[in-house]
Amino acid sequence: MMSHLVIVPLLLPLLAGIILVLLGKSASTLRRSLSLFSTLLLIAVALELMLRVGDGSVLVYQLGNWPAPFGIVLVADRLAAIMVLITAILAACAAIYSVRGGDQPERNFHILFQLQLFGLNGAFLTGDLFNLFVFFEVLLIASYGLLLHGGGPERIRAGLHYVVLNLVGSILFLFAVGTLYGLLGTLNMADLAQRLANVAPQDLGVVRAAGLLLFVVFALKAALAPLHLWLPGAYGYTSAPVAAMFAIMTKVGAYAILRVHSLMFGPDAGPLAGLLQPWLLPLALITVVAGTVGVLASQRLSQQAAYLVVVSAGTLLTAFGIGGSEAFAAGLYYLAHTTFAAAALFLLADVLGRARGATHDRLVSGPELPSGQLLAGVFLLIALAVGGMPPLSGFIGKWLILQASMGQPGMPWVFGVLLVTSLLVIMALARSGTLLFLKIDEGAIASAPARAADLGAPLVLALVGIGLVVYAGPLYEFGQAAAIQLSQPGNYLAAVLQSTAGGVSP
Amino acid sequence: MEALLSIVIGFLTACGVYLALRGRTFPVVLGLTLMSYAVNLFLFVMGRLTIGAPPIIREGASYADPLPQALVLTAIVISFGMTAFVVILALLARAELGNDHVDGGENG
Repeated sequence: MMSHLVIVPLLLPLLAGIILVLLGKSASTLRRSLSLFSTLLLIAVALELMLRVGDGSVLVYQLGNWPAPFGIVLVADRLAAIMVLITAILAACAAIYSVRGGDQPERNFHILFQLQLFGLNGAFLTGDLFNLFVFFEVLLIASYGLLLHGGGPERIRAGLHYVVLNLVGSILFLFAVGTLYGLLGTLNMADLAQRLANVAPQDLGVVRAAGLLLFVVFALKAALAPLHLWLPGAYGYTSAPVAAMFAIMTKVGAYAILRVHSLMFGPDAGPLAGLLQPWLLPLALITVVAGTVGVLASQRLSQQAAYLVVVSAGTLLTAFGIGGSEAFAAGLYYLAHTTFAAAALFLLADVLGRARGATHDRLVSGPELPSGQLLAGVFLLIALAVGGMPPLSGFIGKWLILQASMGQPGMPWVFGVLLVTSLLVIMALARSGTLLFLKIDEGAIASAPARAADLGAPLVLALVGIGLVVYAGPLYEFGQAAAIQLSQPGNYLAAVLQSTAGGVSP
Repeated sequence: MEALLSIVIGFLTACGVYLALRGRTFPVVLGLTLMSYAVNLFLFVMGRLTIGAPPIIREGASYADPLPQALVLTAIVISFGMTAFVVILALLARAELGNDHVDGGENG
């Protein structure tokens, strides 16, 4: 079904970014409000998109009205709509927090922020492998700027690693894309999926290599072990609103793995079916373990939050690695939970760091905080969600994943790793909470008390997490519908390849 | 011709990987540049090598695949921009960290 709505989530942040560039040196209030307004409007657009795809239709937008395998298409199915909505909500909270002062010097911050949103939404909605590369580059280039925003030696050192690694990733992506195009003659993902099913036997090896090369690139973005080492430095040293926004960045990699895994190397792909299957689950479990070790060893709360992002990336890919629509649905629920919880923790770490004076957010005993009880309460709420304790959303997410692994061959490993690491994460967070709030160092001096308004954005994120618990039933059902849609790519293929100018509904 | 091109691409990639694994930022930047040259050539060759054929489909006539040329143009623009960015970033790191080691110091 042809729909102009699909391109709106791209155009909105792009236009906002361009207008912000043109506004140049005008009053900062104007630029901040424009950025906020655009981000809030994006939530409305994403909700509308979600409602339109809710009945299972796959919306397609052909740029320039060129029919599918020849032109560029944007495709919105349930999965893409969920991702766009999560991004929009997260971006709104990060933007709200950033206008409280985290965006200084804010001349370029909001431009980069909007362009990052443009890249993220593009990556979720594109139906073309080369455009996936282009949108990855858009979001990466914006993220380089955001990561380095504010400067400072630690940030630049971590930024250099991040930039160089991602450039190598881009080069590998191009090699994979080139190989697939050279052998199959198309880059449209739906068209690729059809042609992959009938690859000539002599080309199988090369196609397999290209598919696994793509997997390496997405694994680098998703911070899958052993390609996760860039993440703690990059996320742990950047400014809080940026780190919160980056909580969705590893999910872009996970989304790309899921999309390619289910569409191109899905059950219909003949000899190439389940190409990633032997790799995904073991690597994901190793990631969870590696991240947990980092969580235990962290010296600062923001670093701990960064390692928790690694743990959550591993848990998420564990769900995708188990396979089957139940596990995909569990993974999608966990994805929503972990994005908001991680972002909330990054923002809270920043609020705490500013309130604690010289000790900043280092995990050592510090001054008694003037509004300590409020901060401790918010920390407890977020830590319970992150650690996966009932009754918050983390518990439901992990429980769904464990339930989905029942009866699968990897079940003992999934149970063992997820349960033990959950316990260790809870212990680490309990230790952090004790050090931050209960152990008082009489000599240390707290800085100005945290402004209650600063807690707004983390609290909104925590409330979204509670909303995830309250509406867990319908959300999980939507996730299940999205997973079933993924596991039966027929509708997707038909919508993309047969949608001519008039619009043919699947 | 194909063999020569594949050897060139392989050699460029090998040099690029070697340089990218060095400890100082300047060789790393050069390595990334060489690798992006290699991948640009690779993308270009993926449309197969044809001589004297127009990039327009006409009935009966042979044609050169125009898509890889468009792809490689995009890739060149992106890699050119990124090279400029990473050069500036390396200079910034040199100024902020006091040396040009990728980790900000031999022991760091």
